[in-house]
Amino acid sequence: MAYNWDWGVFLQPTASGDDTYLGWMIYGFKMTIGLSLAAWVLALLIGALVGVLRTVPNKWLSGIATAWVELFRNIPLLVQLFLWYFVLPELLPESLGNAYKQSNPVVQQFLAALLCLALFTSARVAEQVRSGIHSLPPGQKNAGLAMGFTLPQTYRFVLLPMAFRIVVPPLTSEFLNIFKNSAVCSTIGLLELAAQGRQLVDYTAQPYESFIAVTLAYLIINVVVMFGMRWVEARVRVPGYIGGK
Amino acid sequence: MHEFDWSSIPGSLPFLWQGMLVSLKITGVAVVFGIVWGTVLAMARLSSIKPLAWLAAGYVNLFRAVPLVMVLLWFFLIVPQLLESLLGMPAGTDMRMSSAITGFALFEAAYYSEIIRAGIQSVSKGQMAAASALGMSYGQSMRLVVLPQAFRNMVPLLLTQGIILFQDTSLVYVSALADFFGAAYKVGDRDGRLVEMLLFAGAVYFVLCFVASQLVRHYQKKLKTA
Repeated sequence: MAYNWDWGVFLQPTASGDDTYLGWMIYGFKMTIGLSLAAWVLALLIGALVGVLRTVPNKWLSGIATAWVELFRNIPLLVQLFLWYFVLPELLPESLGNAYKQSNPVVQQFLAALLCLALFTSARVAEQVRSGIHSLPPGQKNAGLAMGFTLPQTYRFVLLPMAFRIVVPPLTSEFLNIFKNSAVCSTIGLLELAAQGRQLVDYTAQPYESFIAVTLAYLIINVVVMFGMRWVEARVRVPGYIGGK
Repeated sequence: MHEFDWSSIPGSLPFLWQGMLVSLKITGVAVVFGIVWGTVLAMARLSSIKPLAWLAAGYVNLFRAVPLVMVLLWFFLIVPQLLESLLGMPAGTDMRMSSAITGFALFEAAYYSEIIRAGIQSVSKGQMAAASALGMSYGQSMRLVVLPQAFRNMVPLLLTQGIILFQDTSLVYVSALADFFGAAYKVGDRDGRLVEMLLFAGAVYFVLCFVASQLVRHYQKKLKTA
């Protein structure tokens, strides 16, 4: 097979001349990281809230929380992304929709991608939080109530401090997933890592170098997140508890 | 506010159905291939032959670290070219469908292999020892004793993964294949009715996946009480 390997391609100036292809890759890398981290923070906040609501005795609250989880878990990520990006602006009140459509396209793409990843992941986080709370012996809740705590106090001082620590290891895989899922956002034109890789294939004649670089970048993200989370897991581990080892 | 107009849906139903068939076909092939190849990978990973175990672990970890979109792009943009030049096929042979399905199946096999590995490990060690004591070879005890029990425990997880896989098939959009989602997008784009078609597609996916996951949950409960 005659293929001219040329790793120097990354140092060549791009077609518009104001950047190198390496610069494009770095831009995409930053976009992937920034988008994923921002979405992760939102997903943790929403997911923790929804997960707690799923366990409360109030039928309405737990019903809404269950509907939330089922809704975001049963529609493919790509469809959700397109709904946020193409459909939501049309359904907003006209003035708001128009303001959105006239804003910078990169801002539009980023907001849609952020919303989509955050809500999609929040449903998964909520499931982990729920199973974390359910994994606590029922005696803990009863003991809290017997001590005269109100239900919110029982959650605040008894259940959640344990549940949030137990739930950290299973959240690692969701954290890894959010970086991988962010690649889907290339479909709406957001120039993150996968999109830049694809762009390089179009602009240069070096598809292999470009794809290998992007794949390696994802592997690096994966390894860094895994070691980071292992450190966090070791810090929050509940001594003597199942899964605490 | 948007004026809804759902009139482009009835006329495009046959086209959308064709797309759904493509989605289901990809799902079916990937589930069957994923489980078979995933079982081989899981057994390799648990094997006492170290290099084999390392290779399988490397494969699984690689595919689990890379986004599905990237895998599909590899198999859509790079692999067909590679095959063309390696096998000397005429340029422009349409391999999109087969290439996308292959990439998809190879990717999903990594996830299946993790489920199957956990399933095999959940079978108590005594079963393997008992099979050996009865004079069965390794292959016989795997096939006749361990795997049947492992798969029985795994059925709900394998089905759930099948639902996830069905949702993932929408990503073949990046390879310009007309699956259900691609078909809905095309119709919406053609008629200027993207809002309606995307909402319709979302509703269809939701109903299918929700019903399927409820069935799996029901089955899981039955399995527990049995």
